[in-house]
Amino acid sequence: MLYNTKEMKVINLNYEVIVVGAGHAGCEAALATSRLEKKTLLITINKENIADMPCNPSIGGSAKGIVVREIDALGGEMGRNADKTLLQIKMLNKSKGPAVRSLRSQADKVTYKKEMIKTLEAQENLEIKEAIVSDLLVEENKIVGITTEDGESINCNICILTTGTYLKADILVGDNRKPEGPHGEKRANFLSDNLKKLGFNILRLKTGTPPRIERSSIDFSELKREDGDDEELTFSFDNKVYYDYKNQVPCYLTYTNEKTHKIIMDNLNKSAMYGGFYEKLGTGPRYCPSIEDKVVRFSDKERHQLFLEPESLFYDDIYLQGFSTSMPYDVQEEMVHSLKGLEHAKILRYAYAIEYDAIDPLQLKPSLETKLIENLFTAGQINGTSGYEEAAGQGIIAGINASLKLDKKSPLILSRSDAYIGVLIDDLVTKGTIEPYRLLTSRAEFRLLLRSDNADLRLSKKAYEIGLLSKERYDKLLRKENDIKNLEEELKNITFPQYKCNLREYLKRPEVKIIDYIDKFSKKYDKEVLEQVEINYKYEGYITKAKKEADKIIKLGTKQIPDDIDYSKVDNLATEARQKLEKVRPRTIDQATRISGVNPSDIAILMVYLKRYYNE
Amino acid sequence: MDDTIVAISTALGEGAISIIRVSGNDAIRIVNSIFNGKDLNKVSSHTINYGYIVYKDEIIDEVLVSVMKAPKTYTKEDVIEINTHGSIAVVNKIMEILLLLGCRLAEPGEITKRAFLNGRIDLTEAEGVMDLINSETELSRKIAINEVSGKVSELIIDLRDKIVSLISNIEVNIDYPEYEDIEVVTIKRIKEEVKEMKVKLQEVLKLSLDGKILKDGIKTVILGKPNVGKSSLLNALLEEEKAIVTDVKGTTRDIVEGNIIVGGVKLNLIDTAGVRKSDDVVEKIGIEKSINLIKEAELVLLVLDSSENLTEEDIFLLDKTKDKKRIVIMNKVDLKGNNTYNEEVIKISAKNNIGIELIKDKIKQLFNVGTFMNKNLTLFTNARQISLLKSAISSLEDVEKGANENLEIDMIEIDLKLVWEKLGDIIGANYTEELVDNLFSRFCLGK
Repeated sequence: MLYNTKEMKVINLNYEVIVVGAGHAGCEAALATSRLEKKTLLITINKENIADMPCNPSIGGSAKGIVVREIDALGGEMGRNADKTLLQIKMLNKSKGPAVRSLRSQADKVTYKKEMIKTLEAQENLEIKEAIVSDLLVEENKIVGITTEDGESINCNICILTTGTYLKADILVGDNRKPEGPHGEKRANFLSDNLKKLGFNILRLKTGTPPRIERSSIDFSELKREDGDDEELTFSFDNKVYYDYKNQVPCYLTYTNEKTHKIIMDNLNKSAMYGGFYEKLGTGPRYCPSIEDKVVRFSDKERHQLFLEPESLFYDDIYLQGFSTSMPYDVQEEMVHSLKGLEHAKILRYAYAIEYDAIDPLQLKPSLETKLIENLFTAGQINGTSGYEEAAGQGIIAGINASLKLDKKSPLILSRSDAYIGVLIDDLVTKGTIEPYRLLTSRAEFRLLLRSDNADLRLSKKAYEIGLLSKERYDKLLRKENDIKNLEEELKNITFPQYKCNLREYLKRPEVKIIDYIDKFSKKYDKEVLEQVEINYKYEGYITKAKKEADKIIKLGTKQIPDDIDYSKVDNLATEARQKLEKVRPRTIDQATRISGVNPSDIAILMVYLKRYYNE
Repeated sequence: MDDTIVAISTALGEGAISIIRVSGNDAIRIVNSIFNGKDLNKVSSHTINYGYIVYKDEIIDEVLVSVMKAPKTYTKEDVIEINTHGSIAVVNKIMEILLLLGCRLAEPGEITKRAFLNGRIDLTEAEGVMDLINSETELSRKIAINEVSGKVSELIIDLRDKIVSLISNIEVNIDYPEYEDIEVVTIKRIKEEVKEMKVKLQEVLKLSLDGKILKDGIKTVILGKPNVGKSSLLNALLEEEKAIVTDVKGTTRDIVEGNIIVGGVKLNLIDTAGVRKSDDVVEKIGIEKSINLIKEAELVLLVLDSSENLTEEDIFLLDKTKDKKRIVIMNKVDLKGNNTYNEEVIKISAKNNIGIELIKDKIKQLFNVGTFMNKNLTLFTNARQISLLKSAISSLEDVEKGANENLEIDMIEIDLKLVWEKLGDIIGANYTEELVDNLFSRFCLGK
């Protein structure tokens, strides 16, 4: 491809990494590469929107909260940044087992951005530039740079695309379609078409956001109040507390009612998503349906829960979670006013649906490098995911792997038993997706191993070896590991003659709590250490089972499939399996077992082929 | 699987008709080239066509040719079946011609292998077909046929569906903890559903264990003190002289093993050396072996002497076998009797062939043989399936245990998922190493 033409100005040739897009994926990617001492340029359409939260004002949630902990354990920024900007935080699923507990916070949208921009600006090796990237410069299937809509061309060794929902985005409200990104921002017009030209399969996806209501216009008196937890909690293993837990900002709960449902049903033909105004619509997420979807699909349900969440202390918007819609403005007014407490509500920003281009993630390697273009990585919504946390999790992995690639080292690939981030990426590159992908605890088969409390024990060593985790944090980890070992030894020596057992065995009883025995220990152990030891013994049987199952997968994971395998030469494969294997090109037998359409008998046949292949 | 295979589908030399089955891409073309009748390329699928097999101007046989086009066939490939007159010479001649024209002789079970690999049947069905091919008695054949019918898979699929709906409800509770109006799965509900599943699987297991025993043959031990008439009993059952019978105590020293079919039931017999407390070294080994064999046996035929009082050895053996499926046999009823043992016994005279039929009936009764003559049973009969079934039941028990201890639902769910997986393994829904081993051993893959 020609790029050094007369009208193009080539600027700075020294960037090792260019990150396109400064959302949650882009920030983590750029911070990872620059912290690993790679000269990095972060390009954003608008600096004001760096680390923006265009949808819910919340970080964490079921499974997602664990991803934030993992990002922190890997040396990423999201956890720390959320801690600095908390309005409210709680631990979800406290009544359930330790595996499914997860942090959820309300974060201040204004300070979240501000703090992240501060961090980016203070980061060595990192520059930020405003521009819209229109094309990639590729030579012999290898990335060499990018061009912008202004006609600039910038060289780089590696490019990471983290474009979010900006690729050819359309905003949909009623019968109105506007070519815009979130909040009426400029969209990236050309990049996705150019990706298509390079051979990428482009998906069209859809998501939506609910209306924002003026705080002072809501009558909260009759609504149920939802508070944060009554203790200090943090995402980051730094454990630095920035908020006053006795002074958290509450959320409120309201419900739709018969009247709301009637308004929706009466106006269904006006909804952008139901009205049939457009021939081809992007695919929306099943787990985050619009209120129209909920009312139509669950017509027997009398009411749907809605949460009123504060967006920021610096402005007056309340986010109406659960009420995303693409109805025209007048219908939205009617709908909102039918809700209890919102009879006189003033809508500050209307709800809308957004459609955008993404690439088919089956075209990615597990390192998040694209299979088509060497040194091109992608992360976040461009890969078909939804959610800030999912984006950030991919961002940090793409950043780490970009850096490892520059250093000619093998990539960091987290397995399904290492991390939720491993589950996320494996799902994307193995199964692909047809709707915006959200992490759920149910996607993780080994969630008992992937807990919120042990993310550091699982991942921080890896991060330290790579160079992304500070010495301070690493030392802290080693101390924690050591304390766990010591405490476990101590437990053996505290005996209960009446039960003929020691504390270690005694802890297995559901009603016994380690906290009641701290007087018997030789020293004061951290809360985290006590928690670790308690979980290890209380759930020992289950943890052993989970590890055994994980080992099976690990064993299959060691059965490598050669990169150059020719599936047309594997006799007896079913046609569908052959096509799918060809498309995904799994690295291991374990990965192959998870491809839909590849049956156990196909795997058996593949194993037979590989046995022969390796014997020859 | 690109080549076309041919196999003789009926037992050679038996019956008036033999069927030659051809499966593969070229099946129709090859058979058509030697068929004198309608053009088989043009006939509709699933038709029977009358004509002659003609090769090099020589009429080989008058035949009926069934044409079944892919994919609605047993192998999901084009299948031709040639019904010929049964003579071995004719069948061999046709086979020879087909092989000359490019067919390949199918390996044992290969047609079933193709049906499995092409997704026409699942693993249990395939295993059933293999059992069917290998069945020796009418009874084993009947048992195998139940597996082929897919009944087994139906039950497992049904249970798996139930588990999935329970699991997905639990998952929703975990992923959306803040939503109050979603039904919350309670320990009580889990207990109820698990109990029901366990009852079902236990029934299947019980039936399966009997079914497997009947299919493979009942491992049977004949016990009794020396010279009580064990060998005579064996002979009476065999109706031929297989063991040496003498009046000298302790002569049946070597364990004689053999398979006999008694009333349609296969017994894998082990005739042990007489169990007797003896200082004789050779005899001692025999006794220890016998005691070990009791452990292994699925059926014990314990022979007592009707003409003598119970000896210490008799009491010892009665005690050792009391938890086994056993038949206590009082032999030598022809002699003047004074034995006072008065539990359920079958009185026979092995020497005079009296009462042997009663033993046969009792065996059938003990193993519910009548049940297995029924076609619509749900059972597993190979060791792989039975061990998975046991393991699924044991995981269900873990679920119950967790529920009784009031553990968190998501912990209990871990065992529930294991049940789901193990049931999946049974029908080959998951990929496991075992599955590959099974495929290798049963289907000669990779040759």
